[in-house]
Amino acid sequence: MSYLRILVLGGLIFLPVAAMAEGNVNSNTWGLNLTRGVTPFSKEVYDLHMIVLWICVVIGVVVFGAMFYAMFAYRKSKGAQAEGWHENHTVEAVWTIIPLLILIGIAIPATHTLIKMEDVSNAEMTIKVTGYQWMWQYDYVDSGISFYSKLADDSNFARQRGSGIDPNSVENYLLDVDTRLVVPTNTKIRFLTTAADVIHAWWVPALGWKRDAIPGFINESWAIIEEPGVYRGQCAELCGKDHGFMPIVVEAISPDDYKSWVAQKKQGDETPVVSKGSSGELPYIASRSDQVELPKE
Amino acid sequence: MSESTDYYVPEPSYWPIIATIALFIIFLGAALTFNVGSGGAPILVLGFVMLGVVFFGWFGEVIRESENGVYSDQVDVSFRMGMSWFIFSEVMFFAAFFGALYYARMYSVPWLGGEGSGAATNEFLWPEFTTAWPLFEPPSTYAFDSFKETIGAWGIPFWNTAILLTSGGTVTWAHWGLIKGNRLQLISGLALTVALGVIFVGLQADEYAHAYNDLGLTLNSGIYGATFFLLTGFHGFHVTMGTIMLAVILARSIKGHFTPKNHFAFEAVAWYWHFVDVVWIGLFIFVYWL
Amino acid sequence: MSELTANHDEHSHHPTGIKRWLTTTNHKDIGTMYLVFSLIMFFIGGAMAMIIRLELFQPGLQFVDPQFYNSMVTMHALIMIFGVVMPAWTGFANWLVPMMIGAPDMALPRLNNWSFWILPFAFSLLLITLFLPGGAPAGGWTMYPPLVLQTGAAFPFLIFAVHFLGASSIGGAINVLATVFNMRAPGMTLLKLPLFVWTWIITGFLLVASLPVLAGAVTMLLTDKFFGTSFFSAAGGGDPVMFQHIFWFFGHPEVYILILPAFGVVSAIIPTFCRKPLFGYNSMVYAVAAIAFLSFIVWAHHMFTVGMPLAGELFFMYTTVLIAVPTGVKVFNWVATMWKSAMTFETPMLFAIGFVILFTIGGFSGLMLGVTPVDFQYHDTYFVVAHFHYVLVTGAVYSLMAATYFWLPKWTGYMYDEALGKWHFWLSTISVNVLFFPQHFLGLAGMPRRIPDYSVQFAEFNVISSVGGFVYGLSQLLFVYIIVKCVRGGQKATDRVWEGAQGLEWTLASPPPYHSFNTPPDPSTIDGGVR
Ligand code: HEA
Ligand code: HEA
Ligand code: CUA
Ligand SMILES: [Cu+2]
Repeated sequence: MSYLRILVLGGLIFLPVAAMAEGNVNSNTWGLNLTRGVTPFSKEVYDLHMIVLWICVVIGVVVFGAMFYAMFAYRKSKGAQAEGWHENHTVEAVWTIIPLLILIGIAIPATHTLIKMEDVSNAEMTIKVTGYQWMWQYDYVDSGISFYSKLADDSNFARQRGSGIDPNSVENYLLDVDTRLVVPTNTKIRFLTTAADVIHAWWVPALGWKRDAIPGFINESWAIIEEPGVYRGQCAELCGKDHGFMPIVVEAISPDDYKSWVAQKKQGDETPVVSKGSSGELPYIASRSDQVELPKE
Repeated sequence: MSESTDYYVPEPSYWPIIATIALFIIFLGAALTFNVGSGGAPILVLGFVMLGVVFFGWFGEVIRESENGVYSDQVDVSFRMGMSWFIFSEVMFFAAFFGALYYARMYSVPWLGGEGSGAATNEFLWPEFTTAWPLFEPPSTYAFDSFKETIGAWGIPFWNTAILLTSGGTVTWAHWGLIKGNRLQLISGLALTVALGVIFVGLQADEYAHAYNDLGLTLNSGIYGATFFLLTGFHGFHVTMGTIMLAVILARSIKGHFTPKNHFAFEAVAWYWHFVDVVWIGLFIFVYWL
Repeated sequence: MSELTANHDEHSHHPTGIKRWLTTTNHKDIGTMYLVFSLIMFFIGGAMAMIIRLELFQPGLQFVDPQFYNSMVTMHALIMIFGVVMPAWTGFANWLVPMMIGAPDMALPRLNNWSFWILPFAFSLLLITLFLPGGAPAGGWTMYPPLVLQTGAAFPFLIFAVHFLGASSIGGAINVLATVFNMRAPGMTLLKLPLFVWTWIITGFLLVASLPVLAGAVTMLLTDKFFGTSFFSAAGGGDPVMFQHIFWFFGHPEVYILILPAFGVVSAIIPTFCRKPLFGYNSMVYAVAAIAFLSFIVWAHHMFTVGMPLAGELFFMYTTVLIAVPTGVKVFNWVATMWKSAMTFETPMLFAIGFVILFTIGGFSGLMLGVTPVDFQYHDTYFVVAHFHYVLVTGAVYSLMAATYFWLPKWTGYMYDEALGKWHFWLSTISVNVLFFPQHFLGLAGMPRRIPDYSVQFAEFNVISSVGGFVYGLSQLLFVYIIVKCVRGGQKATDRVWEGAQGLEWTLASPPPYHSFNTPPDPSTIDGGVR
């Protein structure tokens, strides 16, 4: 009987987990866990995340296991007698020191990763990202290209209250922009984030970090995108009513393609190589067949 | 009547709720004033009048109870603890502004000037700006005003330091008088302290006028002006409150309140005064001098 | 005020009707007012949460505009934190601290009355803004500039409400501190204090030390908006991030203000239903002190992404994860208390056990958030939302419910309905996990917080979360019903109420006399509370 109850209890707590894992099979995008991403340290961050997660799970199993054991073994209804002790310095020392050691074990790799992430030196190109209410501006500092990027019109129409458009019918609902940020793969890019009005945060999960865009200050971060593809993200700092509606789309193409893209852009040629135009017309879904999905777990 | 074997619990009182309503009206009036510019003013006045009434009423009641010997020694200790913790909370209030000053000087202004991790900030956003303290030229002289000169430490502020330190001495001297039962010493010590407080506030007001009229140093003068006026302003406000409290204590002393053993109100105000004193030392060192 | 002469019989008479509540100086009356107020605010804040969950039920904007959504999020948080959990703890302190330390009442009863009455007025100030042009504050409960400076007419109301609330909390904290340090019965030494009292001493200290800093921060917002100062503007040499530092210097201790008394409550309940003394009383006290100390040097873990220098990021990472050590000591001590005990599972015990498990889960996600490089990914996503609802709802709120069931019979003199209590626990526990557990996945999958609408791949988890939310919300109606039923009557409670109950409050009658201990209790009855 008591084991049955253990099962029921445990099941209740982990039921949601199981249900979610199941439900996720159908969703073909980011899914249930952190993305591994496509930059060198996005993978390190992912590994760190998994390590800490598993440490927590193990500690959880031990601690909750002991609790549940106690709850079933020492019940008054089963005739358990309470003992009188209430102190033991040895065990108290042990369970102070062991967590401390575990934490040191976590802190060491975390420190390594962090130091790497903060090292923006030797970048091969620089992009300045400026947040506005509610769009992004991208300045290619080296080549002088500059443009704005805001929520794509189809999403924008659909998201109006009472639009009557089913979000499911809009591809990449709320995660699509009119003009993408085009970058070369395998290049160390320095990102300078700032903002023009309020604080925003520039976040593309596949790159492995987010950075606040603070008016009047510039934050530096970097990325080397190792796989070509289209990577989507969102503004991640509350910035007013349309905070939910300023997505980010990064398109990584090979350095050669990138060169020709730059050349075209500089000639003022607005016909995009791979990016969509910023026109207002709705049905351009066909032009997005070039999309690359994120690598799946 | 003050039996210390039995605990003392005060009578129910209307004053707390009236005080709350007064504050509520003040906040409402102030909020309206900020929003529409006027309109709120009569409400504000009403609130302050009410608050004044509360001060007289509530403290008056406490004074009456105290003079009638209702309070036991234990109550006295409770009052002392309450006052100490209150002063501690005031210290933390000032800590927020000192923290702002520290942050501005150690981090934000240097970063804007390109030091430390601020290289890109300076290069791309504020190429004209160089770090300095006092910050005569804020990064944007369009949004905020530049100014010509600060108030030097060794002029009036130095004398104000001397005044406040002296007043700390005179209030202690008055306290000794109270303990010894020397009424003349008590009253003259207090009167001197009040006078010094008034002089301090007067000089401070004069300095403000000087800053605004001659130096162009205003609340709008970038982070220097902001920290300068808020720190010294809140301090000046506290000195004013302290002076009023001292004046009340002086009046009560003249009326013959307080005994050598029983004078919590006196001590509370003296502590408060010393606290104001210590804050000033901090201001003198970090705002005016360094 | 001529009652001065009637000093001797002041303990026996007091005004009745509305006058009693407006003017009272009695710790039980004030405690009751605090608790009722908190319960009412729980439903107001909860109703706002229901609006949030309703809008998030499916992608697309169905019910509210984005601006109003943001107002709901902001007001929900401010109400839950300043209007529910903090007042509830002060209410419990009012009811319990004098009874636990053998005092007749609080040390500063009129201040006590004042601290309470500020609350309804402060919240009026805040709630009025819902009807102002431009709507209620919508910049998040963290009030970051420059965004918060875009608030419309509500702005000064927000600032003054925060000032007002701060004054109330500081007053309440000073009162508890003075009471504990000055009103203890002879023989009640510091290391005999029940842990609830200990946790409140430290909470009180945190309150007095951190709330004035918040007052300073919002004052700077006010002057930046209306008086031309430039604290939070780079154009004047300030920095928007400076606000975040000052805010979180308050904000992080604040979250421990919400949870430390919970530790005290659980440390009272578990030994009672284990019929065994609390394991490691001394280390419990030291752990709370250590947590409180650390809480002042970890604040910037809320702002890892603002671009701090590397040394700062490392420092705040190390101190943050360090908090797991003293918190772990507490968790392990509770488990050790359960070891070789004789347990029964009445409703308070169920909630206490639920607390230990679910709070620990929230603590684990906190630890994960503390690892800086990974927080770059987690920050401002639903993973954070899941974290803090685990520690706040299944932490603070659960312990509040446990405490209510535990002491309600003592206060009212009647037992609550045990069967309904168990229903309340199980309904809440199942639904709250359905509500908040999926939010971990949402966050990891990349859903930012504070958005009214989301991309369709988040739809499934949000549906589940919302359904859990509605069930959890409805379950709380049961809580109110149980309380009302218990107040109105029922089976008489004994003085000790629970077989294993230890501590001075159980030596008083149920319900206790109007003034708890008019004369100090017999020192031999002081068994050190939960010990
Ligand atoms: C009651 C409230 C409460 C409590 C107790 C905590 C507890 C903790 N919190 Fe949490 N936190 C919040 C309320 C709370 N938090 C809120 C409201 C926010 C969001 C604010 C906002 O942005 O709006 C937040 C956000 C927040 C962040 C910022 C996230 C972000 O925005 O990016 C971080 C980052 O470090 C963090 C960390 C922690 C840690 C390390 C603890 C630790 O104290 C947890 C310690 C406990 C345990 C670890 C479990 C038990 C321990 C053991 C069983 C021992 C063994 C364990 C190990 C060795 C791992 N919290
Ligand atoms: C102690 C604090 C506390 C408590 C108790 C809660 C309780 C709840 N919170 Fe909240 N919450 C915060 C503190 C708290 N929260 C904070 C600090 C934030 C961050 C704000 C910010 O970003 O600035 C936040 C943000 C927040 C969000 C994120 C919003 C966003 O980022 O966009 C969500 C979303 O699900 C949420 C949901 C809930 C729910 C469903 C409950 C439930 O537990 C509520 C349950 C209670 C009731 C429902 C009331 C009782 C019942 C009725 C009213 C009867 C009617 C019932 C029905 C109609 C069903 N909260
Ligand atoms: Cu821009 Cu949020
Ligand atoms: Cu924190």
